[in-house]
Amino acid sequence: MSRGRELYELTRVRVLLFLREPEALFWVFVFPLVLAGVLGFAFRSKGIEPARVGLLEGPGADELARALASDEHVELVRFVARAEAEKKLARAALDVLLEPQADGVPQLAYDAHRPEGENARVRVLRALDLAQGRAAAPVTLAPVEETGSRYIDFLFPGLLGMNLMGTGMWGIGFAIADVRRRKFLKRLLVTPMRRSSFFLSFILARAVFLVLELAVLGSFGAWILGVPLRGSVAAFALVSLLGAGAFAGIGILTAARARTIEAVSGLMNVVMMPMWLGSGVFFSYERFPVALQPLLKLLPLTALNDALRGVCLDGSALVELTAPLAILLTWGVLSFALALRIFRWE
Amino acid sequence: MTTGEVVLRARGLVKRFGAVVAVDGLELELVAGRCLGLLGPNGAGKTTTIEMLEGLKAPDAGEIHVLGLDWRTSAAQIRALIGVQLQATEFQDKLTVFETLRLFRAFYADSRGADEVIAWVGLEEKRGARVGTLSGGQKQRLALATALLNRPRILFLDEPSTGLDPQARRRVWETIEAFKASGGSVLLTTHYMEEAERLADDLAILDHGKVIARGSPRAVIDTLGAESVVEFTPVGGARPEHEAELLTLSGVSAVRHEGERVVLSVTRTQDAIAGLFALCARRKLELEDLRTHRPTLEDVFVSLTGKHLRDE
Repeated sequence: MSRGRELYELTRVRVLLFLREPEALFWVFVFPLVLAGVLGFAFRSKGIEPARVGLLEGPGADELARALASDEHVELVRFVARAEAEKKLARAALDVLLEPQADGVPQLAYDAHRPEGENARVRVLRALDLAQGRAAAPVTLAPVEETGSRYIDFLFPGLLGMNLMGTGMWGIGFAIADVRRRKFLKRLLVTPMRRSSFFLSFILARAVFLVLELAVLGSFGAWILGVPLRGSVAAFALVSLLGAGAFAGIGILTAARARTIEAVSGLMNVVMMPMWLGSGVFFSYERFPVALQPLLKLLPLTALNDALRGVCLDGSALVELTAPLAILLTWGVLSFALALRIFRWE
Repeated sequence: MTTGEVVLRARGLVKRFGAVVAVDGLELELVAGRCLGLLGPNGAGKTTTIEMLEGLKAPDAGEIHVLGLDWRTSAAQIRALIGVQLQATEFQDKLTVFETLRLFRAFYADSRGADEVIAWVGLEEKRGARVGTLSGGQKQRLALATALLNRPRILFLDEPSTGLDPQARRRVWETIEAFKASGGSVLLTTHYMEEAERLADDLAILDHGKVIARGSPRAVIDTLGAESVVEFTPVGGARPEHEAELLTLSGVSAVRHEGERVVLSVTRTQDAIAGLFALCARRKLELEDLRTHRPTLEDVFVSLTGKHLRDE
């Protein structure tokens, strides 16, 4: 009857039950990885696409080819048959088509409405200029080499935040509604079990999963996707813990009165839907109207995503994240306190 | 524990749900080492009563003392001393029998080993099986096992064998009898009269939240004042004028109708049957499906309330 043993056994059972739910494991561990992988691939930076330049045979074609070879981003295809070359240009398999003329002034055919056509035109003209000895205007070039500005770098902390929300809400809310519906909760209540241990076991089990979740998703993000962590690991862990805690509280609150799984899942969707859309998981919430943004910033997922991105991308220290962390803490404390007050034990 | 000691006492219990009075001034006493059965049809207030005694519902009025303790001041102490099987609890399907018992052991300072109660209820072969794979009877035995873990002084059983097949029901009964034989006291609700007759030393028959009869099963049946019950269906239907004539027959103490059927409470079976046949011959009455049996709790219940225990 010691508090420690009671709490340990209750927590152990919660963890076991979660591990034995294949769907839950899928949604917590596999789904976010798949989503990150697919979105990261779809929106990856592709490097510089070569300009595909067609060259018809004719007088001086070889000189033109030599001139174009000076640009490594030009992919040259030579044609004998004009009809074939024109067909490829029409189908955008070529960006421009260069045709030598008897008067020595070659003709360049291209689609002025396609950016690729415009890019190829500029490259061809510059290559020909250089070949004729005309120098480009003197400009000092300074290429920017910034990693961590890819879409996946923006996306991944958001997915992590969304996952901390989903695991906390579904994991805890469903489990509570389920033990209530089964009258298992009622059966526990006729034992000397302390009611506080019942709640704490959900929080502790959540903490166990947080460690697993962060380990699996974090190492995937860092090593496979190359998402940077510019702040400290401790700051990252603390932000995640506060986020998980806030959503654990909201999860318990959502399930505080619900008698059925259906009721609780409906309620969860109502609670989470605005955050899926408005909390900047997939795109920045700054795209919403300015008037809406102060409200969006008060949502717990927005605060969590801002704090996670701050730690990962900007290398923010905890003191710089006081506002979002205070929002998370407030949500956690208020929802937990309210849940305790209105909880339906029967 | 001295024999004759009252281990559970309820006085003037009242529970209302809105305008409905579910339990209406109920009085109960459970004596150490005995089994008290609350018998009644669905809706009689049995579950509400037992849940108040288990501390799950607070009564609107009345006093409950369990082993001399009051729920309002000593709930944790009482919970450590009682074992409870609720009506229709579902355990966690994905835990095994052993894991379920391991969890419940953690709530008690002094607990039996999981394997000891597994053996007691005969679930050895299902020790490592997940709860979701158990039959209804095995789940009920697991529920009993969890209730027995803390060496309870009182076992509360709410319809322990409802929905079980006869064999599973007998296994549950054997476990309850073994608990009683070890000195435990049992409070049981049921709407099966065989269950009440087999397990209960004392009965309280409930209807509309009140005790309408109490005593040992034998004593309750004897209140009917009948040696046997004679039933038959007159061909062409029962006619009211028969009733008066049937009552004048020697050995017949009461007559009632159940649809087409006539039921006689009979003090001297042989005289009554002879008289009945003579009456039939005089009135040219033909009888169908004539039966006699010893009075049961069901007969007592019907004669007290006009209703059957189970409306099936």
